[in-house]
Amino acid sequence: MRRDILTSVIAIVVFTILLGLVYPLFITGVSQVAFPGNANGQKIYVNGKLVGSKLIGQSFSSPVIGKNGKPEEKEEELVTEPDAKYFQSRPSATEGGAYNAASSTFSNRGPNDKATEEADAENIKAYLELNTPYDPTLTVARIPVDAVNTSGSNLDPEISQANAWIQAHRIAAKRGLSLSTVNGLISKYTDSRGLGFSGEPGVNVLELNLALDRLTRGK
Amino acid sequence: MTFSGWATIVLFAVILTALAMPLGSYMAKVYTGKRVFLSPLLGGPERALYAILRVDPKQQQDWKAYAKSLLFFSLAGWLLLYAILRTQNAFFVPHALNPLGYHPAPWNVTFNTVSSFVTNTNWQYYSGETTMSYLSQMIGLTVQNWLSAATGIVVAVALIRGIVGRSGKGLGNFWGDMVRTVLYLLGPISVIGALVLVSQGVIENFTTYLTAHTITGLTQTIAMGPVASQEVIKELGTNGGGFFNVNSAHPFENPTAFTNLFEMLLVLLIPASLVFAYGRMTGNRRQGIAIYTTMIVMFLGAVTVAYIAEAHGSPAQHAAGLHTHVISGSGGGNMEGKEQRFGIAGSALFDVVTTVTSCGAVNSAIESFTGIGGAVPFANLSASEVIFGGVGTGLYSILLYVLLAVFIGGLMVGRTPEWLGKKIEAREIKLAGLGILITPLAALFCTAMATASKGGRASISDLSVGPQGFSETFYAYLSQANNNGSAFAGYTGFIQPNAGNLGSHGVTFADLLGGFDMLFARFAPILFALAVAGSLAGKRVSPAGLGTMRTDNSTFVVLLIGVIVLVGALTFFPALLLGPIVQGLTGHLY
Repeated sequence: MRRDILTSVIAIVVFTILLGLVYPLFITGVSQVAFPGNANGQKIYVNGKLVGSKLIGQSFSSPVIGKNGKPEEKEEELVTEPDAKYFQSRPSATEGGAYNAASSTFSNRGPNDKATEEADAENIKAYLELNTPYDPTLTVARIPVDAVNTSGSNLDPEISQANAWIQAHRIAAKRGLSLSTVNGLISKYTDSRGLGFSGEPGVNVLELNLALDRLTRGK
Repeated sequence: MTFSGWATIVLFAVILTALAMPLGSYMAKVYTGKRVFLSPLLGGPERALYAILRVDPKQQQDWKAYAKSLLFFSLAGWLLLYAILRTQNAFFVPHALNPLGYHPAPWNVTFNTVSSFVTNTNWQYYSGETTMSYLSQMIGLTVQNWLSAATGIVVAVALIRGIVGRSGKGLGNFWGDMVRTVLYLLGPISVIGALVLVSQGVIENFTTYLTAHTITGLTQTIAMGPVASQEVIKELGTNGGGFFNVNSAHPFENPTAFTNLFEMLLVLLIPASLVFAYGRMTGNRRQGIAIYTTMIVMFLGAVTVAYIAEAHGSPAQHAAGLHTHVISGSGGGNMEGKEQRFGIAGSALFDVVTTVTSCGAVNSAIESFTGIGGAVPFANLSASEVIFGGVGTGLYSILLYVLLAVFIGGLMVGRTPEWLGKKIEAREIKLAGLGILITPLAALFCTAMATASKGGRASISDLSVGPQGFSETFYAYLSQANNNGSAFAGYTGFIQPNAGNLGSHGVTFADLLGGFDMLFARFAPILFALAVAGSLAGKRVSPAGLGTMRTDNSTFVVLLIGVIVLVGALTFFPALLLGPIVQGLTGHLY
């Protein structure tokens, strides 16, 4: 008994040093040397300013400026509206505003919940309002599911190709580009399936929007 | 459904089997004390560890001594982890390892969390990035990710030794088995796996959270941390506790469809290989193949149901007018709570992989799965995690079922049941029966307590009205009893108004009930499994006769599947009817 207690105490200390200090520090050291970009979160800088991470989705909405010239707030959160000249990410329901990457969370909307239907309906309405003026044939039947369902992490950096193709009409009109130019950019920033067979292709929204900015600025 | 979806599922099963066979042979060598190709490299550290612990790995322990060492070691781990988590902002903690100055979580949540990680459950009422310091993640949670996994594996190994043992009561040496498991099995795979994950985009750093200024004029804070080193052992040890709140749905934990496949393989690798190791160690590889067949058949069945159900879409989507079939450029289906890069198949497969095992990691919101899609993880848990199961726990649990099947088979042909030449008698059947029934008992008892009391219902999410609320509660205690740790995440045991735990409080009822649920349903079956091993170890082996029922052919596979399904269905069917089955049968919204 005393023998077991003594061995347990020594063992937990030894294993904690080995597996809790030596191992993670070794992995961190090697990662920082071999894959510094990945290990630090694939940060994206524009003019030396950090604008986000390639892997973490963002909201492409702008703060609404109130009558007093300051950004409006409601219940301590910024009031924002989608910036129509950018591709929009999937809906996100993180606390403290959409795409809060300091506090990831599931939306936990059940399959048979009225609340889910209402959330979907609201997102459908917003999507139609934003896009139908530029793509008059758009109806609810054509909306891809990812455009109105929240993702698992609520930080999904990608949208489906179908979602991007619909939004392309709006982007082309807003930026004075041809539809084929925009669609070409979409293809360029589409990640194909893993190993060619696994998962779904997705379009990285942040990279795509940054590419659009570079293109329009060059004009 | 798409061709690529089905291809993912089939190829996954093929790759898994191809990897598990050689690893099974390797493990059989490791646990029978033979030299392996890593021996020249790891022999030195191994002997050094024995010297520091002052143990002799050759000294045989009977089942009671083995169990005693295991329990004391788990207790030591529990106490140390509790101390680490409760002192995460103490003066001796360097600022770099708690850069955001997080306070400790309250005692009740910590009790639940510690019990959860020591039992390989990794149920999480807390959210990693708003609760834990880097130090807590690293020297607290990561360490138990390793040790609880190793503990499960050594129990399975001890049980095999009991089954095949021909020389008295010894089951091996607990300390020797732990050291060898960490050094020869978990260590090499974790180091390589962690680097593979980083090479694909999983982060590994100690920098403080980033502040980005987005191109539309917003600011975004991005959580960081030493993720990859914990991520790999989280999957490999079927632990499942996410570094971040959303677990493997988080792009920093699981950035691509490739890492998704890789992580799923890590989860099933050891449970699958152990089955082949069992075959090797019994001296009859067909014994292992029979059990593997049982598992893979049930596994593929579960994946098929989940994939079809999720691809169909949910009643809520259809009521809102959405079309959920495949169109050009979109895979359709129930994408609520699912990530674009994984799609429906990658999410359904991951869900089944982590609920047949005791992993419980999630890459999509189980709460948002359709009624039938959500019934699949329910069914997996109801089968007591024997379809691959957790590392070690899966094998020792299914071996108890094998014992039961042999007994039932023996009754049907009217002979004294024998298993691998050893007579099965009343004592073994009693112990196996208790070992099998204790987990369902804990799950149903806790669910009943929680649904019937005000304290329990306080944890149900405001969103979850009607059967969803019951499903949520039932899943919580079923998952904790099976040491799985996946959740219908609306169920809450921790109220945290601010990141860093200031002003937060736990829900004592849910925290304590869940904590005891996990501890009881982890250690009681371990004791029964070891007792069975001890009981079998001393038995004489008699040669197989004409009337001996074989346990390595397809007839036995069918019998075994029948027993597993029957026990699971009989214990859980009434409860399942009230939750997921109601939801699956109705288009009604609540």
